[in-house]
This record gives sequence, structure tokens and C-alpha cells, in this order.
Amino acid sequence: MLQIRCPWCGVREEMEFSYGGQAHIAYPKDPGALSDDEWSRFVFLRDNPKGWFRERWMHSQGCRRWFNALRHTVTHEIAATYKPGEAHPEEPAGGKP
Amino acid sequence: MERFSVFSLLRHALSGHRQWPPFWRDPAPKQKYDAIIVGGGGHGLATAYYLAKNHGLANIAVLEKGWIGGGNTGRNTTIIRSNYLWNESGALYEHSLKLWEGLTEDLGINLMFSQRGVLNLAHNLGDVREAVRRVEANRLNGIDAEWLTPEQVKAFCPIVNIDRNARYPVLGATLQRRGGVARHDTVAWGYARAADAMGVDIIQNCEVTGILRENGAVTGVRTTRGTIMAPKVGVVAAGHTSVIASMADVRLPLQSHPLQALVSEPIKPIHPCVLMSNAVHVYLSQSDKGELVIGAGIDAFNSYSQRGSFHIIEHQMAALIELFPIVSRVRMLRTWGGIVDVCPDASPIISKTPVKGLFLNCGWGTGGFKATPGSGWVFAHTLATGEPHPLNAPFALERFSTGALIDEHGAAAVAH
Repeated sequence: MLQIRCPWCGVREEMEFSYGGQAHIAYPKDPGALSDDEWSRFVFLRDNPKGWFRERWMHSQGCRRWFNALRHTVTHEIAATYKPGEAHPEEPAGGKP
Repeated sequence: MERFSVFSLLRHALSGHRQWPPFWRDPAPKQKYDAIIVGGGGHGLATAYYLAKNHGLANIAVLEKGWIGGGNTGRNTTIIRSNYLWNESGALYEHSLKLWEGLTEDLGINLMFSQRGVLNLAHNLGDVREAVRRVEANRLNGIDAEWLTPEQVKAFCPIVNIDRNARYPVLGATLQRRGGVARHDTVAWGYARAADAMGVDIIQNCEVTGILRENGAVTGVRTTRGTIMAPKVGVVAAGHTSVIASMADVRLPLQSHPLQALVSEPIKPIHPCVLMSNAVHVYLSQSDKGELVIGAGIDAFNSYSQRGSFHIIEHQMAALIELFPIVSRVRMLRTWGGIVDVCPDASPIISKTPVKGLFLNCGWGTGGFKATPGSGWVFAHTLATGEPHPLNAPFALERFSTGALIDEHGAAAVAH
């Protein structure tokens, strides 16, 4: 089980959290102007990298707040967790498989 | 290809079973093929087999980064059924089930295909409505389906607990009598053997590292065993499809997750069918060796490691003991995981791509094994003719723009 550091509550077990998929996907600025293909990209297309991945988690059994994590999808190592709006931490060097 | 018979068994018994020929050759990759299939799992090998058999295209190679049967083909829980809700999926999975029914004879190898019946339990009013609706939809599509009361469920599967006071009582179940299980790795070996006999090159330990393109069309692939040219490339790489597609700058609506399964110590036959429950979430069958084969759900997070979290297994065991109190003291022998590529509508993508000559067969998520023959059949047609077979036309990549999704979350029976 993952040990995840909630930026507000500290390290807790994965079972306290819900997963939110890829992070940093902004809602379209002018939704009415989007074509079907652009909507498709916004709704359905997500990165699925083998390596470092910026993703969202929610501390659903704790403070119920969303935050972001930088996690490796092969080793499951979590390099950093950070609050929404904070600067994005850098990917660790040499971590890619 | 040597056909199995009583006489061949006797003949090989006399030589101590040391003279059996290898199932397939171990060829070095040629410089050029008519088509390349990336991924030597069941679906990829079935594609190669039907390309050679139905379309006379034998100058093809199947590239496998590991070994045949080492990926999801050897990691699934071997359940076969076709009771999907929508017409499109019903037609595709039923085509597959019909192929299963003649596949042992077709491939000349015993797949141990056992149509012992598949139960899908309902535990609440929503489940019951969804299940009865699916039974009616299946019947309209000519797929055998029945609705069973709790007492009928108990008669069909005596070890299941139908106590009305259970936390999640059994309120009934759908039954597909033609559903069942098959020996999964023999499916891969059988397709590989039969495809090899028709001249298909099966190349193991050959990982694709790049896709070569010229003027928007595929010209070949770069691999760990050199560059191989081909005007057509079919990607059947399950959990790694996103990684391969990104080599051709194609983005897909797929997310890769670990899916786990486990088996118990072998015990005497106690479980006569396949039983699945969406709501408490476990699925159970018993192998011919006597092991209970138990499937779990996917981990919520994206991952390319072939292992999942222990609390998923714990959840599975709780559900298992709730439904089958008789197995509470059975010990588990092994757990393992595979990487599944999950699509937003829980249906596969069998499609052309914006890159000419590049074709995809992916997104089978948690339920690809049952579709192995049908998937290979329609994907071979797509590769050979350049256009989809009528059965896989609705499963094109474009459905995510047109909105014509094929939502099978109910019938998929594995939570995602």
C-alpha cells in the first residue's frame, strides 16, 4: 500500500485517499467555441506515461482536500506532493526507466 | 505441425516424451514483412493466425518483448462469456464465443474449454433491474441468457450463501450456460503453433522501441533486434499500447492500471461453475487442478508495474468469504498482477489511426481474454483490407469524438 503525504495532514495510508487522475487539466476558457475533437481531447484524452506522472489525490477519509502528487508509474515512488496553486516540483533526474 | 492423437501420444511415450517437436520456430527477424503485429499475447497471435488462414497473408511477424504467454494471456482468470448489453458488443463477443466452441478442433490442441455456465449475481434492486434488462437484451440478440431466483442460484451453485440476512444478500443472478473457462496459456500456444505452421514468424525477446514513418504513413519499426520494415503495423500491446502509440505521436483515451488475481491451494471439486459478483466484487471459478481462481478489481492509480496493492486483495477475500463461507479456511497460494488498458466506456478500440498503415487493437481493459478469437478475427480483417470488419466498425477511435460510446461498465463486471 502506498504511503502518501497529504500536504495538510502528513503521511497517511493509501486507503484514506481517492484517486483523481492526471493533474493540471484546465477547464476550457471558452467552452462554447470548442469543436467535437477538442471536447473529445478535454474529456477523454489523458497522458498515460510510463515514468513520472503528475496526478491528483483527495484525502477523502481525512481533511477532504485535493492535492497533487508527482509519482512514478513503475516504481510507485512519490517524489513530492503539493497543494493546488503551488509551484510544480521538478521531476527527479535519472528516474525514468 | 504435428497433430495430437492417441497414436502420436503412444509413439512419443515409447521414446520417453523426448522427441516432441517445438511448438514454433525461433526465427531471426527478416528485414521486411507485409505486416507486423506488435504484441505476442493471445489477441496478437490470433490476429496472425487469422491473417494467414482467412486472408492468405503469411509473410508477417509477431514481435513480443517477453515470451509467449508471459503477459496478460497467462495472468487472467480465463472466464469466457458473451452476455454484454449493447448490440455492438453482443455481436462481437458472441462471434468470439462461437469461435471458442470450435477452437480446440480448429487449432488441433486441447484448450480445455469448459462451458460450465457463468453466473452474474445481483445484490440490490439496481443490480436486479440492470441484470434482467441485460438478460432481455441478450435474448433479443440471440445470446443465451436466463434470470435465476436465489433458490435457483443455490441449486446451480450449491456453495454460494443465499442467506437473506447477509450484508449483501443474493437477490438473483443472470446465467449464461454457454459461458465457461479455458486453459489460457494453451490458447496462446495453440495460436502460436498454428500460425507458425502457416509461415508466420514469431519473434520473442524483441521489444519495439520506435515506429518509423514517412509522409504520414508507417514504414516499419525499430526494435531491440534491429529495424524491421513493413507497410502495416498492428499494435496489440494491452497495457503498453499508450507507450507504443506515443512513438507515432498518437494519443489514446487509455489508462493503464494493475489488475490482480490469485489462486488457492488445490482442493477437491466444490465449485461447478463460474460466479461473478459486481456489488461485493469478486469472481470465482475452480481450475481442473482444483485451485480456486479468484479475480480482483483494479488499483485506482495508473501503473505499469505488474503488481497491485495488498488492500485490494484483502477486499477481495472479504467479498469471497461473504459469498462462500465454506472457503474461509482455504489458504491462498499465489497472487500476481497484470497491466490492463482501460477505456472510458469499458469497450475496446479496434481501429485505424490518423497514421496510415498503423492499426490498434487495445482498450480491452479487464475483460479481453474471452474475446481473443473474435478480436483476432476482426483485427486480421482490418489489417488485411485496411477497413474495419462490420463487427468492429463501431469500435473505432472516432467514437470518442462523435459521442457514439459503447458503455459496458455494467457488463464488464470488474469495477473501474
